[in-house]
Amino acid sequence: MKTTAFDFEKITEKYGNDKTRLMDMLIDIQQELGYVPQEALPVLARKTDTSQAWVEQTLSFYHFFRRQPSGKYTVFLNKSVVSWMMGRERVARTFEEEAGCRFGEVSPDGLIGLFDTSCIGMSDQEPAALINGKVFTRLTPFRVREIVRNMRSGKPVTELSTSGYGGGRNALEVIRSEVRNNIQRKGPLLQDNYQYGEVLRQKLKTLSPEDVIREIQLSELRGRGGAGFPTGLKWEFCRKAKGERKFIFCNADEGEPGTFKDRVLLTEYPELVFEGMTLAAYAVGAREGILYIRYEYKYLEEHLHTVLRKLREENLLGKDIAGMQGFDFDIRIQYGAGAYVCGEESALLESAEGKRGEPRFKPPFPVEKGYLGFPTIINNVETLCDAVKIIHFGSEWYRSLGTEASKGTKVLSISGDCRYPGIYELEWGYTVNDILDMSGAEEVQAVQVGGPSGTLIGPEEFDRILCYNDLATGGSFIIFNQRRDLLRNVVLNFMEFFIEESCGSCVPCRNMPWLLKQKLEKILNGHGVWKDLEDLESWPGIMRINRCGLGQTAANPVISSLRNFRALYEERIQKGRSFDEGFELEKAVEESCKAVGRVPLI
Amino acid sequence: MGKEKEYVTITIDDQEIQARPGEFIVDVARRHGIYIPVLCNLKGVKPAGSCRICTVLVNGRPMTSCTTPVADGMEITTRSPELEDFRRSVIEILFVEGNHFCPACEKSGNCELQALAYRFEIMVPRYPYQFPHREIDASWPLLLKDHNRCVLCKRCIRTIFDKEGHPIFAFRNRGHELEITIDPEYGKNMTDEMARQAAENCPVGALLYRKKHGFEIPIGKRKYDKEPIGSDVEKRKKEKVS
Ligand SMILES: Cc1cc2nc3c(=O)[nH]c(=O)nc-3n(C[C@H](O)[C@H](O)[C@H](O)COP(=O)(O)O)c2cc1C
Ligand code: SF4
Repeated sequence: MKTTAFDFEKITEKYGNDKTRLMDMLIDIQQELGYVPQEALPVLARKTDTSQAWVEQTLSFYHFFRRQPSGKYTVFLNKSVVSWMMGRERVARTFEEEAGCRFGEVSPDGLIGLFDTSCIGMSDQEPAALINGKVFTRLTPFRVREIVRNMRSGKPVTELSTSGYGGGRNALEVIRSEVRNNIQRKGPLLQDNYQYGEVLRQKLKTLSPEDVIREIQLSELRGRGGAGFPTGLKWEFCRKAKGERKFIFCNADEGEPGTFKDRVLLTEYPELVFEGMTLAAYAVGAREGILYIRYEYKYLEEHLHTVLRKLREENLLGKDIAGMQGFDFDIRIQYGAGAYVCGEESALLESAEGKRGEPRFKPPFPVEKGYLGFPTIINNVETLCDAVKIIHFGSEWYRSLGTEASKGTKVLSISGDCRYPGIYELEWGYTVNDILDMSGAEEVQAVQVGGPSGTLIGPEEFDRILCYNDLATGGSFIIFNQRRDLLRNVVLNFMEFFIEESCGSCVPCRNMPWLLKQKLEKILNGHGVWKDLEDLESWPGIMRINRCGLGQTAANPVISSLRNFRALYEERIQKGRSFDEGFELEKAVEESCKAVGRVPLI
Repeated sequence: MGKEKEYVTITIDDQEIQARPGEFIVDVARRHGIYIPVLCNLKGVKPAGSCRICTVLVNGRPMTSCTTPVADGMEITTRSPELEDFRRSVIEILFVEGNHFCPACEKSGNCELQALAYRFEIMVPRYPYQFPHREIDASWPLLLKDHNRCVLCKRCIRTIFDKEGHPIFAFRNRGHELEITIDPEYGKNMTDEMARQAAENCPVGALLYRKKHGFEIPIGKRKYDKEPIGSDVEKRKKEKVS
């Protein structure tokens, strides 16, 4: 490899040799070389005045950082539940046959590397893969053969696919992606009844920061990222917090499997997202904003930079915004590198500071002590868009939408077994049945509401209502029809997801999903007994004491499937047997017996 | 708002207690003779909150007492059947996660994990042993690192730095694959003092100081062989009461 010639110092200098920009440095190296070579570590450590162990701590945390050359074309094929449902198995097999290597390996000629990855935010068009950062969706064995053929003839990654560009802005020169928006239902947020910049240019002339906060509070807007914290209150805390600097973060990590609405918002409405950040900055008195976005959405990078440039030119970012003296605010983009936990707000801050994405303990909360120790707002993409529309149309208008306790609308990401997967903007208050009807779902066995960390419900509960005091959700809604094997294909897949995504800090979160998965496998392999069901019921209790939401919810797939689909477990366990070691001794020693030419003495 | 109050009043297990704002619950409790088991916590060092053993109920919600500062009016429960079971469960998980062969371990009797298991009278863990394959790293002149015994408490990461403050220990990987690494540069230049300190801070036998004679004090006469972990804290209470 010619990496010795690579100038790592140029990259550290680009970021002022600042240790807190380590993520950007590593991402740049990864982009340039396709992996981060060992030689980079001493240089990065020396230039940023830290140790190699520290650099490696960050480097080894994130899934997309490769330590070895990973192919001229590096394929990351999604292995989320919907990908499997839509035919991942045959797609994966075709990749292996055509490339001549297995997943987890690089082809002998070094041309193609095949790797798995967690949900990439394309559940409405699976199976999907990232190849050198570009997204390929709706893959079939035929298309895979075509793609690999094109790789072999040396085509650039932009020319591997023959499919046309997705609709809307996906076709822009700066995106040129086959990703489709699949906007199936527009509500007040997605309707094109608003010209970006109007709030900044007109409304803020008559509203003080306190007025803005009051209006948001009156609207009863709650965070759309999942936790549902009142947005106005968060802004008020941050306004009151003392700090020389303040920061506005937009959380675009969107890692919950089955969610993809932020992808669409960032594709079609980035002006609204950035205006929401600017509005928050006005309200709390911040000058610096950061969009933290998952690596999977790297294909939107040029698009987002183009929009930021445009907004600066139009004086909607930068100095004296919209002619308001002293209102300065600008936004930079921070990429992640593959870690679901970095969607948790304090892990996100750690990551943005160049560290491993380990959630912080709270208190202190980010509004008091956030990015680099300064008061910080972190809001979901959708929340920020809502805020702009609330200031534009008024809190009263917003409160007229939704239910008594849950105001406004929610953008849902609907996928799985339905005719029209995509995003649906709905007022709070629809039932699960309504949504199944809307999306053309039939013979439904179960729905996963809120992604793996949410709940799996069956038909008896389809009259439940989507709102904060019944079925609250960050937006993931995955439908399973009657042919799906819920335990083997859904619950097991979700447990594997949590095992891979735990940061590993807390003892229960690091181990319990693993222990539960072993139990589940034992039952699926026909070795289960009653005691195993009892264990599955009692063991997860300890997950409550984990530090962050990931660990606190990581046993939910087991808990909710056991509660709502108990029969599926019971029909698989052995009746009339109280103990089973979980394996067949004869089978387990078969190989060694053969090797030494003995008959097992059992 | 005025100046911050000098003292806050909290209740720990129905006992009313005055404490300075900002103090961590575990330290206040300790001072009052109430022992909350800890493993990753090391007095005076920035807490990690990772083992979760010190979880208590603060106004009914589980919180780690090593990371939560006291605030006025807090009602804290340190003991309940559920909390005891959480603690036991954490200890059992740690025993099945690694490979802990106590009788052959230099730290036996001084090991905090072992001592906790004794205190909680754990005979057999409810979880299946994982028997993972783990490496012993004997490449350092002053330290032996045995990943079989590591509980990932981060004590070494949090306490050992070189003269300029560079971290010498760090994590590698995440989740189930998490492990401790030693920096290739700074690790080589570790002083005797640093190595001894690292081994001393390690609650288990994952870091051993190589210049020390093994088994100088025979097993049976070591710290926790004499009295259970936490006894020193609880003695304070007895003295106060009498
Ligand atoms: C494991 C985990 C992952 C999360 N991922 C996201 C995410 O991708 N996007 C998001 O907005 N919030 C996510 N959250 C919630 C954030 O911690 C935080 O509550 C949210 O960003 C706040 O914004 P909001 O109030 O506008 O919802 C996640 C939380 C946890 C525990
Ligand atoms: S709960 Fe899991 S992901 Fe969250 S901090 Fe603990 S170990 Fe990390």
